[in-house]
Amino acid sequence: MTSKRLGRWTVHFPGSPRLVSAASVVGPKEGEGPLHSYFDAIELDPMRGEMCPEAAERRFMEDACSRAIQQLALTSEDIDIFLGGDLLNQVITAGFTARSLQIPFIGLYSACATFGAALALAATLVDSDWVTTALVAASSHYQTAERQFRYPIELNVQRKPTNQWTVTGAGAAVIAKQGQGPKVTHATIGRVVDYGLKDTNDMGCTMAPAAADTFLRHLADTGRTPGDYDLILTGDLAAYGSKMFRHLVKEAGIGLGNKHQDAGQLIFSPQQKVGAGGSGCACVAVVGLGYVLKQMAAGRWHRVLLLPTGALFSPVTHLQGESIPCVAHAIVIEG
Amino acid sequence: MDGKAIDAQQRYQKLVKDNAPKPKVGRNLWRAFLVGGALGVIGHFLYGLFEAIEPTKGESTATTLASLIFIGAVLTALGVYDSIAQWGGAGAAVPITGFANTIVSAAMEFRREGLILGLGSRMFVIAGPVLVYGTVAGFLTGLAKVAIMNLLH
Repeated sequence: MTSKRLGRWTVHFPGSPRLVSAASVVGPKEGEGPLHSYFDAIELDPMRGEMCPEAAERRFMEDACSRAIQQLALTSEDIDIFLGGDLLNQVITAGFTARSLQIPFIGLYSACATFGAALALAATLVDSDWVTTALVAASSHYQTAERQFRYPIELNVQRKPTNQWTVTGAGAAVIAKQGQGPKVTHATIGRVVDYGLKDTNDMGCTMAPAAADTFLRHLADTGRTPGDYDLILTGDLAAYGSKMFRHLVKEAGIGLGNKHQDAGQLIFSPQQKVGAGGSGCACVAVVGLGYVLKQMAAGRWHRVLLLPTGALFSPVTHLQGESIPCVAHAIVIEG
Repeated sequence: MDGKAIDAQQRYQKLVKDNAPKPKVGRNLWRAFLVGGALGVIGHFLYGLFEAIEPTKGESTATTLASLIFIGAVLTALGVYDSIAQWGGAGAAVPITGFANTIVSAAMEFRREGLILGLGSRMFVIAGPVLVYGTVAGFLTGLAKVAIMNLLH
């Protein structure tokens, strides 16, 4: 049996699992952002007519999942496994969405890197023929995230320039071998990196070392350089974190050229008063599935490295004075 | 962790600190002064009104504070107070209207988890420490006053 491992940390998928469908559904603020024309649906009511934001977030994930399935003219009966996650305690958005979908389900948590974990696992399962079709999804919601990680929405706190704005929305995709769509060719699962930072108002700079670590190990394993990619898309490092990421990669002797962009910086414009940029599980999911895949389909980019980043802390560990452990996963998508 | 790794961490922490955006202290100060000052002027104006109606000074003060709390609560419910605070910073957070905001915003936030275990138990989630340490500070000040008075006699 030939090994599908490449180098020390990377797997490659010779069976060519493909992203055969993709859907992105976002809220009104994202719909006013520079990428508005790339999303499949923009919902003008972030509460989706629900009484609580948690229920609203579920509506976003359910919509994204149904859209991804319907694009293939399939029903949830035809999907073998659902891998999804979100930021909320006990991964409730994905769990409750799985209740509606009735697809065998595993809930995942890698904070804002959850979409990367789901994509890597789905590609692994499909490539090895354990499943023929896998649904992946990730969501976040400004109001649910604020409530869980920060303060009540109406509280008198001043946002700092390094604060990021949690993206409201969800992205979902179906991975299968049969069908049309870009291939998932490699995945490098990240290890947890902690540089001792504790400031929850600056998640970008906190996560940058994890992104750099996974990225450098991915390059070492595959023998590639940034030049082999048309785009290297980090998840939600935002303005300050992206600067740190480029610095750390440069320090390791690797030039990124103009290949690096960050989903958190792409999704909002500076005029939208979001601080350093966007964040949340949905950030890289909707930018990746909306903007990047459509640009790839249009022929602008051929090979893209997704690098979703996540901070694995909770408000409890933060109050207990712990630093913030972070993780990033790298996934290669090829047109 | 080996020395090299610790060194890399410390260098990175310093780099992040050096690259952090500097807070605009001057701008924040005059904005806080304007917002806090405006709230003070409104309070003083209300006090003038109540002085004419209420029998004692104490009662005028109490009515003024209650009115300011009411104003803070209404502005929070209308979704305006957090915008005032985003602009005015401590000028909006420190006055009693800001205290009203902490309670009302938390009450609004947790209303959906029920009136008892949601709203009732969590409305003091931000204001609680202010009440606890306000009471403690009041008690210690009282003790200090008694001690000093006894020393003087």
